[in-house]
Amino acid sequence: MSSGRIKDDRAPADRGWEEFYRNRWQYDKVVRSSHGVNCTGGCSWMVHVKDGIVAWELQANDYPQFDGSIPNHEPRGCQRGISFSWYLYSPLRVKYPYMRGALIDLWKEARQRFPDPVDAWQSIVENPESRKAYTGKRGMGGFRRASWDDVVELIAASTLYTAKKYGPDRVIGFTPIPAMSMISYAAGTRFLQLFGGVAMSFYDWYCDLPPASPQIWGEQTDVNESADWYNASYIVLCGSNVPMTRTPDAHFLTEARYRGAKVVVMSPDYSQATKFADNWLPVEQGHDGAFWMAVNHVILKEYYVDRQVPFFEEYARKYTDLPFLVKLGEKDGVLLPGEFLRADELERSAGIEHADWTLCVADGKGEVKIPHGSLGSRWSKAEGKWNLDMKDMVDGSEIDCRLTFLGGETGRVRFRFEADGDVVREVPVRRVKTRNGEVTVTTVFDLLMAQFGVSRGLGGDYPQNYDEEKPFTPKWQEKYTGIAAGSMLKIAREWAENGEKSGGRNMIIVGAGINHWFHNDLIYRAAITSLILTGSVGRNGAGLAHYVGQEKVVPLAPWTSIAMAQDWVKPSRLQNTPSFWYIHSDQWRYDRSFADYFKPETGENMPLHAADMNAKAVRLGWLPFAPHFNDSTLRLVDAAKAAGARTDEEIRGWLVSRLKSGETRFAIEDPDGEGNSPKVWFIWRGNAISASAKGHEFFLKHVIGAPNSSCTAKEVAKGAVKDLVWHEKAPEGKLDLVVDLNFRMDTSTLYSDIVLPAATWYEKSDLNTTDMHSFVNCLDAAVPPSWESKPDWKIFGLIARKVSELSVKHFPAPVKDIVAAPLLHDTPGEIAQRSVKDWKLGECEPVPGKNMPNLAIVERDYVNLYNRFLSVGPAMGHLGAHGVNWEAGDVHEKLLETMPTRAWNGKTYIDLEDEKVVADVILAFAPETNGELAYRSYQSLEKRVGKPLSQISAGDRNFRITWEEITQKPRRFISTAVWSGLVNEGRPYAPYTLNVEYGVPWRTLSGRQSLYLDHPYYAEFHEGLPTFKGKIPPALLDETEGETGLVLNFLTPHGKWSIHSTYSDNLRMLTLSRGGQVVWLNHEDAAGAGIGDNDPIEVYNANGVVVCRANVSSRIPKGAAVMYHAPERTLDIKKSKKSGRRGGVHNSLSRIRLKPTLMLGGYAQFSFYFNYWGPTGVNRDCYVVVRKLGG
Amino acid sequence: MDVRAQLVMVFHLDKCIGCHTCSISCKNIWTDRRGAEYMWWNNVETRPGVGYPKKWEDQGTFKGGWVADGGSLRLRALGKGPTLLNMFFQPNMPKMEDYYEPFDFDYGNLYGAGEGTDQPVAEAFSQISGRKIEKIQGGPNWDDDLSGSQLYAAKDVNLEESRIVEEYGKMFMHYLPRICNHCLNPACVASCPSRAIYKRGEDGVVLVDQNVCKGWRFCTSACPYKKVYFNWDSGKAEKCIFCFPRTETGQCNACAHSCVGRIRYVGVLLYDAEKVEQALLKPDDQLVEAHRAVILDPRDSAVLEGARKNGVSDLWLEAAVKSPVYALVKEFGLALPLHPEFRTLPMAYYIPSLSPVLSTLGDSHELVEHGLFSAVDTLRAPLSYLASLLSGGNREVVAAVLAKLIALRSFMRARNLHQPMDDGILRKAGLDEAAAARLYRLFTIGGYDERNVIPAQQREEQDPYTRKGAGGFGILKKAGRGR
Repeated sequence: MSSGRIKDDRAPADRGWEEFYRNRWQYDKVVRSSHGVNCTGGCSWMVHVKDGIVAWELQANDYPQFDGSIPNHEPRGCQRGISFSWYLYSPLRVKYPYMRGALIDLWKEARQRFPDPVDAWQSIVENPESRKAYTGKRGMGGFRRASWDDVVELIAASTLYTAKKYGPDRVIGFTPIPAMSMISYAAGTRFLQLFGGVAMSFYDWYCDLPPASPQIWGEQTDVNESADWYNASYIVLCGSNVPMTRTPDAHFLTEARYRGAKVVVMSPDYSQATKFADNWLPVEQGHDGAFWMAVNHVILKEYYVDRQVPFFEEYARKYTDLPFLVKLGEKDGVLLPGEFLRADELERSAGIEHADWTLCVADGKGEVKIPHGSLGSRWSKAEGKWNLDMKDMVDGSEIDCRLTFLGGETGRVRFRFEADGDVVREVPVRRVKTRNGEVTVTTVFDLLMAQFGVSRGLGGDYPQNYDEEKPFTPKWQEKYTGIAAGSMLKIAREWAENGEKSGGRNMIIVGAGINHWFHNDLIYRAAITSLILTGSVGRNGAGLAHYVGQEKVVPLAPWTSIAMAQDWVKPSRLQNTPSFWYIHSDQWRYDRSFADYFKPETGENMPLHAADMNAKAVRLGWLPFAPHFNDSTLRLVDAAKAAGARTDEEIRGWLVSRLKSGETRFAIEDPDGEGNSPKVWFIWRGNAISASAKGHEFFLKHVIGAPNSSCTAKEVAKGAVKDLVWHEKAPEGKLDLVVDLNFRMDTSTLYSDIVLPAATWYEKSDLNTTDMHSFVNCLDAAVPPSWESKPDWKIFGLIARKVSELSVKHFPAPVKDIVAAPLLHDTPGEIAQRSVKDWKLGECEPVPGKNMPNLAIVERDYVNLYNRFLSVGPAMGHLGAHGVNWEAGDVHEKLLETMPTRAWNGKTYIDLEDEKVVADVILAFAPETNGELAYRSYQSLEKRVGKPLSQISAGDRNFRITWEEITQKPRRFISTAVWSGLVNEGRPYAPYTLNVEYGVPWRTLSGRQSLYLDHPYYAEFHEGLPTFKGKIPPALLDETEGETGLVLNFLTPHGKWSIHSTYSDNLRMLTLSRGGQVVWLNHEDAAGAGIGDNDPIEVYNANGVVVCRANVSSRIPKGAAVMYHAPERTLDIKKSKKSGRRGGVHNSLSRIRLKPTLMLGGYAQFSFYFNYWGPTGVNRDCYVVVRKLGG
Repeated sequence: MDVRAQLVMVFHLDKCIGCHTCSISCKNIWTDRRGAEYMWWNNVETRPGVGYPKKWEDQGTFKGGWVADGGSLRLRALGKGPTLLNMFFQPNMPKMEDYYEPFDFDYGNLYGAGEGTDQPVAEAFSQISGRKIEKIQGGPNWDDDLSGSQLYAAKDVNLEESRIVEEYGKMFMHYLPRICNHCLNPACVASCPSRAIYKRGEDGVVLVDQNVCKGWRFCTSACPYKKVYFNWDSGKAEKCIFCFPRTETGQCNACAHSCVGRIRYVGVLLYDAEKVEQALLKPDDQLVEAHRAVILDPRDSAVLEGARKNGVSDLWLEAAVKSPVYALVKEFGLALPLHPEFRTLPMAYYIPSLSPVLSTLGDSHELVEHGLFSAVDTLRAPLSYLASLLSGGNREVVAAVLAKLIALRSFMRARNLHQPMDDGILRKAGLDEAAAARLYRLFTIGGYDERNVIPAQQREEQDPYTRKGAGGFGILKKAGRGR
């Protein structure tokens, strides 16, 4: 080039114009914030303000480094997060309160007639015509701007009307995952819990909860922070598309490869993650479990039989239930796996406290011993034996436990495999003398060997080699997975060898791709087994790294107190959402008996429809349900009093007798009955009617009452359901009022009655944590809330204030309320039901808290609800989580001196008006951010465990994190007894390292990792041991009956251009994708149906219809249609030729089916906890028809 | 020797996750305004694919870049052709459909729609014409992740066999982020009749002077990477400015800052301006080597002397020694130029991506024979493809880079697992333990300040005493009547 075209800066005059761009880069202010979106990213962002306007954001890059051996976290933040500033001033922004026009007119008119707003509301909703005038037009446009005063008054009136008429448990609220903006979450739930309303779960509803985690570990989900991937040396991605959905973490994966980690990707499509794979395994979607079953077969054969690896065996003895003894019962001449042998069955150990919850092993001589650590010792009066010591509970001797009885007697045990039928295989056994005579026992290890088909020279129907197509050989898996046996075998061997050589640094990164199936627990259990067998759980760089919706509220204990108002009222009214919506959106009416696709061995004493099973689960205290009863919980107290009950105990007794006689019934037994459904629904921070509403069209029909695009599903439950009252016509539009707090007009907002303008994440203060990293981040206001928007905390404050004002007339004095709370995990409730006995069937007498829900009597003080909302209540000093408790009264007293306070009724409280104070209160009371409390948490646990633990945090006692500090820089939290991972000295968080390194038991029946689930219902379904069950065949799903076109398996993985539905309507994301909804199709499938790329298509089944464009790509496997979760139906959606109406969203095609084995309760790790246990909202066993629009 | 310094970016494609965060940080800051809607100074392409604007690499159509012609270089489009005749009409300009018609949505309808019998929606409309768009037909990333693979990926000009994108056993995919290459022989600069485009002496950034540009658009045509855009509102050309307001102050570019895959490296390269033309006359398959020869060793005293003579500061020379870009491009020869055969001598470099092991699909999916990791010849991405992109067709050059990446991984695995280390693995690939240690840091634990070594500009030479107080007030014009 001519050097004349090079301009040096020695001639600045020539280059003065450069300030054109330089001035653009100038800005006025930078504020640290984050995105309160349901993505688990928890990224710290610097928001740049120019001219008083948020102009752009860039990632913070000042994360403290763990230590030099792990890559740093900067820059965290993805394409979605960086586009957030678009929303603030976009025409999509909710700037003012809006109300359905018809409702505004009705309300104005009613308010003129009735001076009292509650009376006015009553006049509207009790008149079917006026009610229908607005409920029937939901989603059909017609919004009008309203004033804050009017909407708040109407909302408050609707809640009080509902409480008076039906009881407060008909007022519900849904908001997803708290961790990303936990104060905003708490705003609504705190209001609801003080009111007596219902907070609804999300993790199980989204089907992000992996039930295998509580099944095996007694833990909701506990995972490695992403930095810990870097410590793994063999990583398998299975149903998780890391660069797509864990974008800010992906670099740890790419970087681990350069530390020598091998990466295998199991994904039916050539996914983004596949790019990083050393090996790509396009496993048939939904059949990943078959692959892992065969991996386990190989590990057991080659690393436990052909050769013993001391590292693996020692791990198996110490940290798993493999040595524990299982009884074998006889049936039709063969043996069947039964329950664990319990200490109470043996003479020598019957005297141990909770011996019926204490398990047994055999020592080297074959004698039965009782090791420490079973669940019984967690709840015994004598403390100090709940640990992983292989020491006998009776005489304290060391136990040299054995894994197998091989070499002695054998028994013929029958195993049943869903697709492969029954086999009888010889299993080593031993006879044990019990108080009830001799029983046959074996070890879990011996059962496992037989289950997996590893013969060890034993007789019976074992495969002879890897090439025999019997469960669970490499050849066997081929027909389910499509992966050649040889390729699978190579990976299995690499996996085991890596486990051995690296000291158990095998990792499986899993996600929605394998968790959204009906048999999600089985898929996970198969994979987890391969980790446990290679010693790869409870170590850095190891384990099951489940990443989907799993977020973590790090300061869990104080946050729970604030969010659930437990500083004022306990217990909370919490609802598992899958059960709730399965019933209330009437999806149960369209579901056939599960016995058609999920067969029990006998089905004795077992309801065979999921609705009946759920009703049983509610009455036995396994699962919660709202509304509780077919009458108001407030009115029931009055009735009890009128009947002479004076004390709480007497009220309870009165209610128990009424329930037993059937005079009062659980509402779940007549969910379509008048008044037995929810009436007022608050939605905030989420897209409850669309992105999360599985069975969206059923919602529109039955819950919302809006015109719906198509729902041709047949009501097949009639006759199949026994316990629930069948109404010939199911109600439509059950809700009186839907209120949505939002910053954008999404689908839920569009279908709501009232829209409240919420402040965005750059306009408010909040706390943000995640389990993807170990920092505590802030959201903070770069600019004030724009237009008339307000932070959620302020909005619920306004509503609370109005409720209290109106209550002076309607609830002038405190009232009593009954909370029917299920038997909870991490409480003695988890040892309540040794066997399933149903009082309704006369199998026992009903006892609250034992075989029916706890019936707690609590006080509601509506006049002071607002005062309570804004005051830290007296119970705040007593904290606990995950069964660990500590006192923090001194912290409370200190804060009362240093923080803003408010006084009412003659007492002074910490004032929570300012969200920053809320944040500081949470940080002050949390052991994770207050070292002294961390120390106390370990002190609490070490007493129970009987091993020194508090030294873990001895050096942290002066550690504190405050709000002000996290606005300056992300700060890392510390180790506490609430969590199972350790983060001392720059170590990345990895779950269960506390258990493995300090001998703390898992919160399971055996106290160990549970490969065997001995509840009789698991035996009924042959799921006591890890096994394989495939996808539910389309013929049993009643979705595509009679269709002859292009029928495809409908998959809805998380997408690249949105976080759930958020950002899916953001112009940046729309521009970089295809400008709206698409369904991805394989090129050959598409060609066969005459569909070209970008052609308009409609996708339908009995559940509903979607209209969108086709994205035709060879990246997609044949037989699958992929629609990335979750678009909005608000964007340029065309009308369907099939329904004549506007097309819907991905959830228009889905509907839920509940797995009954996940409803169990009162039995060890099968005990309810909110978002922790219960059936999940599975949605991937789903088929659709795809055709050209109008074709 | 005419020693010059330039800030240069390297992209580690093996680490790129295709997230496009870079594109949006750039858009938010620089092109979120009227006339610039369709501009993506930074974009990310899925490969195989046709990119943005569509098929930009096809110089048969677009006539960009230079050709070596009888011992000299000439612009392909202009050459001996009639420059003046083309002044008002650029026949080789990409059309709107080659870019895309920027769209927006009528979001206000969701609030404003009256009560009806079906749900209201926000319909699409054109940001250019304001007219409703019945069906959106294109975007700047339309073939993302093999979208519409038969129409786009299969037509990637670098692909020898288009069927490969349909074959499960062979298909592959990676990402290609692109900014302006701030070339040493920029076709845009050479083509501008207004002389509005220049390369900054102090850092090599190529800029379009917004006061001088007359909107002729020769630059758009001439740039073979199609990285100069025409702002239809201002009537001037605009392009990536390498975030000079940030780099001048020692911060890395917004795209690099926001690169959450941590694939980008920014640092100083010293080069010999005298060697540029000569290098570009080499045959295609020797261009990578020629490129490397233009780049100078910052530890060489003759180079330092030459640099000082040209006014390169010590701060910059120190940065040149620490430059990750120097290490990756020259020292270890891992980063390669994008389409060197366009002969602009692009100053953005790419480390090619590894890919999964090939497989065969019969009754089941079977991996071809391989070790723990793939070898160069069992990777899915064909060498011919990568060579077409990054080495003027020279497969050996690409194979050597891939072999180094694989060797580094194998070596580090042994170290990680405390296994005996065979440094023969490294030697065979042309590396040693010191090189492995340096590369390991750069690819993994190296932080922001190691990935980006950016010396600030020392501007005190230019009347700082006055500028301290007066800087930033520059736009105020004197009062004048009749303006």
